[in-house]
Amino acid sequence: MSEKILMAHGAGGKLSGQLVREIILPAFGNEILNELHDGAKIGRLAMTTDSYVVRPIFFSGGNIGKLAVCGTVNDLAVTGAVPKFLSVGVIIEEGFEIEDLKKIAKTMAEAANEAGIKIVTGDTKVVGKGQADGIFINTAGVGELIDGVNISAANVRVGMKILVSGFIGDHATAILGGRHGLDLPDTIKSDCAPLNKLVSEMLSIEPKIAMLRDATRGGIAAVLNEIAEAAQVGILLDEEKIPVREEVRGVCDILGFDVLELANEGKIIAVVPAESSDKILAAMRQNVYGINAVEIGEVVKNSSGKVGLRTAVGGIRIVDMPIGELVPRIC
Amino acid sequence: MADTTKLIKRIEQLAEGKSNLRFMEVCGTHTVSIFRSGIRQILPPNIELVSGPGCPVCVTDDDYIDKAIAYSKKENFIVATFGDMLKVPGSRSSLAAASAEGGNVRIVYSPMDCLKLAEENPDKKVIFLAIGFETTAPTAAATVLAAKSRGIKNLFMLSSQKLVPPALRMLLSDKQVKVDGFLLPGHVAVVIGSDSFQFLTDEFKIPSAVAGFEAEEILIALISLLEQIDGGKIHVANDYRSVVKAEGNLSAQKILSQVYEVADTSWRGIGEIPSSGLRMRDDFAAFDIERVYPVEIETNTKKSACRCGEVLRGIIYPTACPLFGKACTPLHAIGACMVSVEGVCAAWFKYGGKTFKF
Repeated sequence: MSEKILMAHGAGGKLSGQLVREIILPAFGNEILNELHDGAKIGRLAMTTDSYVVRPIFFSGGNIGKLAVCGTVNDLAVTGAVPKFLSVGVIIEEGFEIEDLKKIAKTMAEAANEAGIKIVTGDTKVVGKGQADGIFINTAGVGELIDGVNISAANVRVGMKILVSGFIGDHATAILGGRHGLDLPDTIKSDCAPLNKLVSEMLSIEPKIAMLRDATRGGIAAVLNEIAEAAQVGILLDEEKIPVREEVRGVCDILGFDVLELANEGKIIAVVPAESSDKILAAMRQNVYGINAVEIGEVVKNSSGKVGLRTAVGGIRIVDMPIGELVPRIC
Repeated sequence: MADTTKLIKRIEQLAEGKSNLRFMEVCGTHTVSIFRSGIRQILPPNIELVSGPGCPVCVTDDDYIDKAIAYSKKENFIVATFGDMLKVPGSRSSLAAASAEGGNVRIVYSPMDCLKLAEENPDKKVIFLAIGFETTAPTAAATVLAAKSRGIKNLFMLSSQKLVPPALRMLLSDKQVKVDGFLLPGHVAVVIGSDSFQFLTDEFKIPSAVAGFEAEEILIALISLLEQIDGGKIHVANDYRSVVKAEGNLSAQKILSQVYEVADTSWRGIGEIPSSGLRMRDDFAAFDIERVYPVEIETNTKKSACRCGEVLRGIIYPTACPLFGKACTPLHAIGACMVSVEGVCAAWFKYGGKTFKF
């Protein structure tokens, strides 16, 4: 039987990694792409692109348009760049409500405005009914790398601290709620937000932040595993310090999800020098998107390439790379 | 953490000086919770936790998957399932592969979602893959009752529901299985009641405790088992008292027995266990896809070194299987125990096979 693309190939887990290694890198590999960061660094510029296929299109806390702007802005920000310009390509299914398109455009403009970027070029395609699901959006972004900043796994050192900018799992939970008609409290909204200002404030306090990641698909579990592997270090987390809303924990219990693997759209993971951890946290908490920022773990010497979690009862278990499709079409 | 420190101290006290003790949990949620909370690493070395046949996906037979795949490929059929069934290998293929080849497979989070699916697709036959234990069977039964009262005629069950107590009886009659106590499944006990497990202590004199799912609750149930071994009265301790009653949930039982009757059924890797399954009653035959539209399948019995059957009976740890972590990984699962997040092998692979030292 010939191999086919499965939903899990697009889920940001092990199978996605396999596609990148076996098809993408052999075809296109070069010194810039091979870094495999959220954004590419080209001289003083950073560039990134992402496509958005979230279902439902409108969800608690945002819509596909807000996601398309914030996601690309955040990918640039965690590359250590100030996002400047964005392109927007939309693929729309015949029969889509114009009114909905207006709403999406309005939210995109608001998000772009908040992030301080300009949408400077774009493209529209319409396909026949049934040939797409409502609307798909692609955005590409260009930013200017900040002087003196070098976000790279190569800078991660033993003893550095792991910070998270707030409650994890909200986005995936809100999407699931919308999709399955779960009756969730109003506190459960997507955390979708532009984080470039938060990131630039963090970097102005401490330009030597080693690593920044936007904890989207695969959640903090995927991002931390990628960092541990790229930097060849161990990362030990403290379960009791990881901020999770009670309601999100409840949904995870019911549906059997590990909250560490749930997607976020407005959460940063940062690996920072131990001595500046407190002042970075203090700065983060001044920003509306970092009020609940905390330290959740540290970089350790052994267990290179692995992520461990000290549990509430005092055991230590492995946090593995998520494998496949937890929640399809989450972004 | 103060509470757990006390609980662990108590466990250490009770375990001291005792020979090796093997406690078995028979619920996938317990398996995952034990691994996720790292309980194994903090227990005294003479206390061993083994997993029994408590993961519904893992005990579902090959030919059930083959049938589900066959239905998904028939024109005008939609197969609706919980997500963890997708990757379970049948004898030739899986539902995930069937879906990529054009089979019509949808993920649902409750059988009730199928009512809507059936109403929205009046020209299609929607089949829910009704697998699971006493915990999920009442919802499947309630879905059938709702479909009947709403006059929905295009919703069907492909039913392979199983019962926990007969499986425990089988385990205790199996000479290869060594168990010194059972951590009983809290959710199953919510439905059938802690009294349903009375035979464990009456007939087999096996210490038993119904456990909740938080790490502390599991530790408390382990203390119950140790106290019974330490000279206490052997009984079914109810350590999930907040939700489990001796008689269980009578209305759930009523709904269940309205739609289903007890029947023999086959467990993957174990074989046929008498009176361990549920079959739809003749009154509801119109909702039983196998009776309305039977499907022919050719099960491809192949020899494999997979030792799921022994893993599921707690005879060996997954690491003793020659395929574990080599030919069989979550990405390329050979046995069902490696597929479901609640599967014993998957839990070992994800959390247990490796250690984190720093």
